[in-house]
Amino acid sequence: MTDARTEILARIRAALGGGDQRVIGSSSDDRQPGLPITPQPADHVREYRTAGEHAPGSAEVLELLVDRLVDYRAHVVQIPADGVAAAVAAALIPTATGTPETVPGAVNGAVEPPGDGLARAPRAVVVPPGLDPAWTAALADAGVEVRTDTREAPLSNAELDSAAAVVTAARVAIAETGTIVLDGAPDQGRRAISLVPDVHVCVVRADQVVQTVPEAVRLLAPEADRPQTWISGPSATSDIELDRVEGVHGPRTLHVVVVQGP
Amino acid sequence: MSRTFLGIPVHRGPGSAVGRPDEPFGPVPHPVEPLRWGPSFPEAAREALKNTRLRGNLAHATSTIRAKRARVVDEVPDWEALRDAGSAVKTRVLAELPELLQELERNVTARGGVVHWARDGAEANRIVADIAKAKGADEVVKVKSMATQEIGLNEALAEEGIGAVETDLAELIVQLADDMPSHILVPAIHRNRSEIRDIFLARMGDAPPDLSDVPRELAMAARAHLRRKFLSAKVAVSGANFAVASTGTLAVVESEGNGRMCLTLPDTLVTVMGIEKLVPSFEDLEVFLQLLPRSSTGERMNPYTSLWTGVTPGDGPQEFHLILLDNGRTSVLADEVGRAALHCIRCSACLNVCPVYERVGGHAYGSVYPGPIGAILTPQLTASSGGVSGHGDPNASLPYASTLCGACYDVCPVKIDIPSILVDLRAREVDADRSHPTVWGAAMKSASWAMSDAGRFRLAGSSARAGRMLARDEVIHHLPFPGSLWTGSRDLPAPPKQTFHAWWDERERAAAHPEEDR
Repeated sequence: MTDARTEILARIRAALGGGDQRVIGSSSDDRQPGLPITPQPADHVREYRTAGEHAPGSAEVLELLVDRLVDYRAHVVQIPADGVAAAVAAALIPTATGTPETVPGAVNGAVEPPGDGLARAPRAVVVPPGLDPAWTAALADAGVEVRTDTREAPLSNAELDSAAAVVTAARVAIAETGTIVLDGAPDQGRRAISLVPDVHVCVVRADQVVQTVPEAVRLLAPEADRPQTWISGPSATSDIELDRVEGVHGPRTLHVVVVQGP
Repeated sequence: MSRTFLGIPVHRGPGSAVGRPDEPFGPVPHPVEPLRWGPSFPEAAREALKNTRLRGNLAHATSTIRAKRARVVDEVPDWEALRDAGSAVKTRVLAELPELLQELERNVTARGGVVHWARDGAEANRIVADIAKAKGADEVVKVKSMATQEIGLNEALAEEGIGAVETDLAELIVQLADDMPSHILVPAIHRNRSEIRDIFLARMGDAPPDLSDVPRELAMAARAHLRRKFLSAKVAVSGANFAVASTGTLAVVESEGNGRMCLTLPDTLVTVMGIEKLVPSFEDLEVFLQLLPRSSTGERMNPYTSLWTGVTPGDGPQEFHLILLDNGRTSVLADEVGRAALHCIRCSACLNVCPVYERVGGHAYGSVYPGPIGAILTPQLTASSGGVSGHGDPNASLPYASTLCGACYDVCPVKIDIPSILVDLRAREVDADRSHPTVWGAAMKSASWAMSDAGRFRLAGSSARAGRMLARDEVIHHLPFPGSLWTGSRDLPAPPKQTFHAWWDERERAAAHPEEDR
């Protein structure tokens, strides 16, 4: 018996080879094998926009990104370059120190989700190895434990599950779709750390924000073999009556800190 | 008969396609053939139309998603150019399929993945089961995937003593209800929120007893139920939305984060992918990652998309298996008209706009691929066992499950001309059936005899007037056999009082003798 690989490839070649041309609507002729396919010329393929009208990091692009993220019920702040530590602390200190608060991201900011909601005891904040330590300095000052996860010494799934939050940087962000892409670089870390903790704070530099999907894909292409996670808002589902509900298995709360200036 | 639900889908005996009286949730038990179950479409549709709750659920859900899709598609200035690009890329993929598949295989292997080839579902199921057993796993977590639905993977694993846990919310609902999916994107679209609450309370085991039917609470119950499984699973099984030949990169597009959990946390990942899911280069993703989310959930972008290439040391699964599945695809490819069905990216936009789907729901199609795309894909995928041409094969009736209104073509992100393929498949079905004498054939033959001679036609016209006796308010509702074959499903206008010939003769006579006109 031929192996599956050889046989499937042979079937494909047979299906693509020779045969009389048939047009839609004609019938009653012998149908196999198929007609070779003539692909459309390559220049026809790329008539869509490969870049937006606004430059990466421009005010228009940032405004668009914020609008899209808010539409997904993410929390967004725009801050100057020296404001990252304060913004991260503002997003996380109530959570990490157990201060009671309304869970961010809840519908209308009023309904606290049941299930494994945020515990009230102080819990660690996870960071990847390459994250700028200054960004979490204010957290540490407030007595929050900041734990570093590395590929060589990864935190266990249980440890990630009991952590309060994760702080990462990003590779690129897409304004039109409200998307942030992580690609596993040292300031973004393993995929698991931005997945298991219930709160994700993502710091994006203004110059990383492009307008369109093709601009981002072309930035990512040279290192396409890195594991990528495209994140557009907190986790969500439309599986019940096609109504969108935010917050399922991934982080139920997403904070995006957009850093302006140099 | 009492039955304990163990979280594993029950595999029913061959031919079991009719709901059982003791089945509280699912009228559709697990069929032996996921691409061919139940009666023919006309029969199944007649039954489905009687279910007013189903029609209400579907009308609500499809109108919601249609509005969302229209809004986000309208805001894309180059939508038509993207559709053209999507169509052109997919055409190229099929033309260069042998080379691209081997390129993908080389790149996945170079990055530490293992590539398997499977001629049919049984072979793919065998490979997955062997991997799970080698890892000592008696349970695998699953990302929603049409390919694994198509091959009945869960049922095959159950027979080997391996539980497959569906982690997508809608798939979980379907699995807990021991039901079958009825939509490509939202398999539980036929359920409303209170039915889902009842299913969770009865079957989940750890659902809070005071669970309400608020969607957010239902989603939280699913989160709590699956959390422990995600954190401890050893093996995950997924499908793939796209595979990039030039880099070996796989892509899964999802919303809830269950996909990320499965693709990231277990140490072993097995991905089952149809051989047509390729794109040539990484840049091609920029086309499909714009087309798919807006067409499918009506979002600008889905919450999560995961891209991975082979194995990344220290990050995610350290063992990766890719299974390339044929299962009838090469026979679809052999037909130069029908092969466009292989362009499909499983967005389900065609289901949501289809007037037929909206009224009968997915189960009436008797396949895991329902709706317009299912009506062209299912018969072709099962062509080797009579799906297109089999006399009396239920799948051969699927191309008739359409009004040919063309809405599916208008919304298709890769411009599959579904109406033309439907017509072509109807012609193939008729051609294949020519050797069988049918009432329809006999009627056409006698009509041809009558209409080919003026005298015979005149006689037929005047005798048809007798049909007026059967009419009520100018409509005939019931004819005796064989006319009942027509009037069983549609009304017939009453024949006119006067034939055209008679009217013409009278007019000519009147013109020749105007004085007699009074």
